[in-house]
Amino acid sequence: MLNINKEQSGESLKVVLEGRLDTMTAPVLESELKQSLDNVKDLVFDFEKLEYISSAGLRVLLSAQKVMNRQGSMKLVHVRPEVNEVFEVTGFVDILTIE
Amino acid sequence: MKELRLEADPGNLTKLLSFVTAELEKKNCSPKAGMQIEMALEEVFVNIAQYAYDAGGGDVLVRVSFPGDEASVEITFIDSGQPFNPLEKPDPDITLSAEERQIGGLGIWLVKENMDLVQYRNENGKNILTIRRKLRD
Repeated sequence: MLNINKEQSGESLKVVLEGRLDTMTAPVLESELKQSLDNVKDLVFDFEKLEYISSAGLRVLLSAQKVMNRQGSMKLVHVRPEVNEVFEVTGFVDILTIE
Repeated sequence: MKELRLEADPGNLTKLLSFVTAELEKKNCSPKAGMQIEMALEEVFVNIAQYAYDAGGGDVLVRVSFPGDEASVEITFIDSGQPFNPLEKPDPDITLSAEERQIGGLGIWLVKENMDLVQYRNENGKNILTIRRKLRD
């Protein structure tokens, strides 16, 4: 189960995720982002309520990061320790900007 | 030992997770161990569901046991798909930049890093993958 909330203001987009970013839900986020990233220069993911991430979720974040490397910046805020641990084990702490 | 036979379809992941989670709860598994085990289940099962069988599909048998002093859980996945040892795949280079990163390979890497043991064997035409992890750190 994943809830995706988007708050857009001008060229800034905040994506608030709640639940699990896994094999079942990652495709939903992927297509949501595909429709939303045009003209976005400043992308923020709020992970305060994201409880779980698997490699399927990592793939979506990696593609988003690649898009944003070309057109602006991307950061993650309020990442829970258990999710951050997955970023550490996979070296994603060096790819992503985590605040 | 408990076992569950499932069709190798990613849509059955939830069924698999609730089956194993119910067993872990009986043994007082810690939240951290529980989450890492859940992730390993997802990565291994989805891998089998995507690659083991052709269009015709097939089954996976999942066995859960708590060997010895019951401080660890052991989960075994048995499928009759094409021989495939996920441990032979080279580890991803986790020092590369976003642009250089390959999509893929991260799932099995996470399993190897988070489990205490990951073992593959092929026996009588079956892929047998076993993972083991302590229930508490």
